[in-house]
Amino acid sequence: MRNPQLNNNGELQHLLTIEGLPRETLTHILDTATSFVGVTAREVKKVPLLRGKTVFNLFFEASTRTRTTFEIAAKRLSADVLNLNIAVSSHTKGETLLDTVDNLSAMHADMFVVRHAQSGAPHLIANHVASHLHVVNAGDGRHAHPTQGLLDLYTIRHFKKDFTRLSVAIVGDVLHSRVARSLIHALTIMGTPDIRVIGPMTLIPAGVERMGVTVFHDLEKGLRDVDVVVMLRLQSERMRGALLPSAQEFFKCYGLTPEKLALAKPDAIVMHPGPLNRGVEIDSAVADGSHAVILSQVTFGIAVRMAVMSILAGN
Amino acid sequence: MTLVLPDPETLCAKLVQQLKPQVTADTALVGIHTGGVWLAERLHAALGIVLPLGVLDISFYRDDFDKTGLHPQIKPTQIPFGVEGRHIVLVDDVLYTGRTVRGAMNELFDYGRPASISLAVLIDRGGRELPVAAQYVGANLEIPAGRMLVLDRDDNGKLRLKFDA
Repeated sequence: MRNPQLNNNGELQHLLTIEGLPRETLTHILDTATSFVGVTAREVKKVPLLRGKTVFNLFFEASTRTRTTFEIAAKRLSADVLNLNIAVSSHTKGETLLDTVDNLSAMHADMFVVRHAQSGAPHLIANHVASHLHVVNAGDGRHAHPTQGLLDLYTIRHFKKDFTRLSVAIVGDVLHSRVARSLIHALTIMGTPDIRVIGPMTLIPAGVERMGVTVFHDLEKGLRDVDVVVMLRLQSERMRGALLPSAQEFFKCYGLTPEKLALAKPDAIVMHPGPLNRGVEIDSAVADGSHAVILSQVTFGIAVRMAVMSILAGN
Repeated sequence: MTLVLPDPETLCAKLVQQLKPQVTADTALVGIHTGGVWLAERLHAALGIVLPLGVLDISFYRDDFDKTGLHPQIKPTQIPFGVEGRHIVLVDDVLYTGRTVRGAMNELFDYGRPASISLAVLIDRGGRELPVAAQYVGANLEIPAGRMLVLDRDDNGKLRLKFDA
């Protein structure tokens, strides 16, 4: 079956998921992002690549950071950006997803950045739109969040250089996390030998070992000698039923404190996709400490999104 | 048609002679990726330029992005000096349509307002599509349109002009 992300020339037309992309494609995105990091540090933080192009941010699910970084990335590429918070507009009036997309396409959109609570929604849009349009998945349900996975990858490469000797631990609510899924795919493609997921039985998806990861239910065992710790946000708004006794209980077992972090390598980095739940999955002493690279992730995230948008727009 | 291409080392020496009287403590060199950077490295050393060498990758400023997309290998632009008020010599290997030079000037202006920009090239092959001229030229060559003339560097760092397929 044809990869729905690729055009007839085998180039990246949409970015829907990291799964199945060749290593060269990921490397190309990361290398391009390096050049954009330089651009965002300049006096004039804009380049004219997407001048005259129109990008629609279609957010069917609330998000501040991701929407803002996509918006700023598009603006720094000189595109015109429109933000549609569809959770509170036409959707509630009964318009279907594809009708919304058709209407925006009729306004000569060039790119859609889509976040949706339903897994597969960006895929559906990508299959529906005309061939000159590009779709970027900004997070769909529990499925994927490819630009987050790429910015995590960029951050790890920036601080650790070589993936082929790394131990990476992903901690917390793996079950609901598209961030975890995208990062696991990305790390696997880059040849990371040791990927661990750590969390309570109720928050680790069944069969996750098939993705090539090792499961730990004990944080202290799982963190031993890792180079990278990725803390996931406890997605309380996604939780139905009694998966956890309480946030306090979770912090006691799986919260990252300085004492637990001391089990990792001395030069380990701590990452978090944000927003932080201080005192739930991460202690403030760690979040604000010298190992944390959480704010670097945000800065790199803009450059990575600029790279993705400009590569797609050029294909 | 066989065309004997000049030796870049000789042309480089000619450029050094042309540039020497113009260089001051305030002169900055900026090479354009990739051949222009190789040439600029030579000129920078030979002229004893004080300011660190700047390098430009104009991929984000190309005017054919809509046709060709993003270049598969982009190298970061590095301008390690203040552009504001500076006398800048742009360095490229081959001057042809002038579009690369336009992109390079646009990018430089996003770093500040230079006092002046001049252009040094190894080869001026004619065929301009924009009003761009080089102040320092190693050689003028007549090359048929459709042939790509590029600078190459071997493992020993020796420069060579060649036609690209």
